[in-house]
Amino acid sequence: MSTNPTTLFDKVWDAHVVRKIEDGPDVLFIDRHFIHEVTSPVAFLGIESRNIGVMYPQRTFATADHNTPTINQHLPVQDPLSAKQLAALSTNAEKYGISIWALGSPKNGIVHVVGPENGITQPGMTIVCGDSHTSTHGAFGSIAFGIGTSEVEMVLSSQCIMQPKPKKMRIVINGKLGKGVLPKDVALYMIAQITASGATGYFAEFAGEVFENMSMEGRMTVCNMSIEMGARGGMIAPDETTFNYVKGREKAPKGEAWDKALAYWKTLKTDDGAAFDKELVFNGADIEPQITYGTNPGLGTGITRKIPKASEVKDGEASYKKSLAYMDFQEDEQIIGKKIDYVFLGSCTNGRIEDFRAFASIVKGKKKADNITAWLVPGSHIVEAQIKEEGILDILTEAGFELRQPGCSACLAMNDDKIPAGKYAVSTSNRNFEGRQGPGARTLLASPYVAAAVAVTGVVTDPRELMEEEAITA
Amino acid sequence: MAYDKFTILKSTAVPLPIENVDTDQIIPARFLKATERKGFGDNLFRDWRYNNDDTPKQDFVLNNPIYSGKILVGGKNFGSGSSREHAAWAIYDYGFRCVISSFFADIFKGNSLNIGILPVTVSEAFVDKIFKAIEADPNAEFEVNLPEQKVTILATGESEGFDINGYKKHNMMNGFDDIDYLQAMKEDIGAYAEKSMY
Repeated sequence: MSTNPTTLFDKVWDAHVVRKIEDGPDVLFIDRHFIHEVTSPVAFLGIESRNIGVMYPQRTFATADHNTPTINQHLPVQDPLSAKQLAALSTNAEKYGISIWALGSPKNGIVHVVGPENGITQPGMTIVCGDSHTSTHGAFGSIAFGIGTSEVEMVLSSQCIMQPKPKKMRIVINGKLGKGVLPKDVALYMIAQITASGATGYFAEFAGEVFENMSMEGRMTVCNMSIEMGARGGMIAPDETTFNYVKGREKAPKGEAWDKALAYWKTLKTDDGAAFDKELVFNGADIEPQITYGTNPGLGTGITRKIPKASEVKDGEASYKKSLAYMDFQEDEQIIGKKIDYVFLGSCTNGRIEDFRAFASIVKGKKKADNITAWLVPGSHIVEAQIKEEGILDILTEAGFELRQPGCSACLAMNDDKIPAGKYAVSTSNRNFEGRQGPGARTLLASPYVAAAVAVTGVVTDPRELMEEEAITA
Repeated sequence: MAYDKFTILKSTAVPLPIENVDTDQIIPARFLKATERKGFGDNLFRDWRYNNDDTPKQDFVLNNPIYSGKILVGGKNFGSGSSREHAAWAIYDYGFRCVISSFFADIFKGNSLNIGILPVTVSEAFVDKIFKAIEADPNAEFEVNLPEQKVTILATGESEGFDINGYKKHNMMNGFDDIDYLQAMKEDIGAYAEKSMY
């Protein structure tokens, strides 16, 4: 045993350094690489023009998600530019021997949903993708982060990227979460506390009772949002919850390989006394259901609170006022009761089965509000199948909702799922930036419970008011 | 992709005194559908720069002819959000070679360095001085000196140093990129991969 107490982050990072460059970055080996249609075509062009090939195609996995339609997926994609990107992904995957779940494949779905559900994501790995929400995979105790297209080209051609080692931050949340509080609320709460740039330059570890008691899907939601506080990524030490989730999945190790992996994975935790560059502690009992009111994910608060005055926020006054002007909200205004036009349930943040179960538990026996257009988009075909098998689809249909087909959808509105200009959307996705969900669209980020409460009332509503006693105590 | 070497840049600057400029503003997602790297400069800051009918928004800084230059000066937390390298491509393609801010989002900073844009981090106070210098005279020139790691407001002679690691500095000054470096160490990478449990 090492005498120096070491963090989880250092254990995983140091195990992947192929070379340390003096006064420069580390050359980091990448175990798993995900690619999708939007950020990979130019990387493949680079590989062709340099004629350098793909070094380990079996370590890269492709799925189409960002730019795919969420209805009529059996028909040819209408938008010629989207169709060309999707075709480029398939052609490149085939040419270089990379496994692909293209549009229409039963395993297709959002990259950060399909990776974990098929056992590609495992503890202790380094995982990258040309998508900032790659941080999702940190839920397994892996180092996972988003990269640019130049780096996609690096990973394809050499299975490595060059990164200066980030600083380390630990956020500890102890205590129990209150009624109606979901992992998404924990994420939005942390971001509101430290701002959308509070963890820039750091890699975060989330620790404490709240995360220990969280399901894998909840942990994925939290780690997914770590980029929204500026952190390159976030991670949670693997434990029995993690091992039980991974075990038996298609790409997970089997037999002796499993035993060997498990023995290693059990060592992946921060030693007592290991040093962080920054440590923050919060209390789980302080967290209520959250909602954002501004144009970055740090501009959020408890759903029962008022929109803060400019003097109370950490962002500069001019930027804050610009943000509220875009939303057409006023300082010191109540958020509860605001009229909403669209509800979006889905994305790599909240497009998994537990999110649909949570949504269904609120809308069960109620009806969709007439003023609401609801887009419910599963994260993958596997999630879609579960929704049907568990009878959730029946609950949703009975309440007046329809299910769409898997993809990134309105989270970034690259396909036709765009919120119209000036309209308000309560969204379970990850970004409320200006125009993120469509030019001029106004986004309020929230949990699946809040989204469901809004979907049946038509206005911002505290979901706790709609929860039945048994649902609360469950 | 090859880029121009960066040593000393003397230029006027374009001020964008807004915090948390995210990459969705720099290049909205609907312009990410290309399969080649070209034309992104046309859509740089698309929704801040143009109305829905594609007419220019007169009050946006890129539409104001008094501002020009190869340096973009932004508020803090520049380049947050999505990892899209297209944001850096759009800035480069438009004609900027350097972005100055009091701090950058990590992924944007890395992407910029990889494609030949120099992200320069200076203190908030110095960024304010740059904004004031541009306000006083939109033709004010600034010198970004990479070998000496220093930015100077030429009108006043005030300057401040900035950090960059030696490896990246060498790359920027010579137009090299990481891919060349990695290709040259494939033997070491192969040896690592042999031992990997994954």
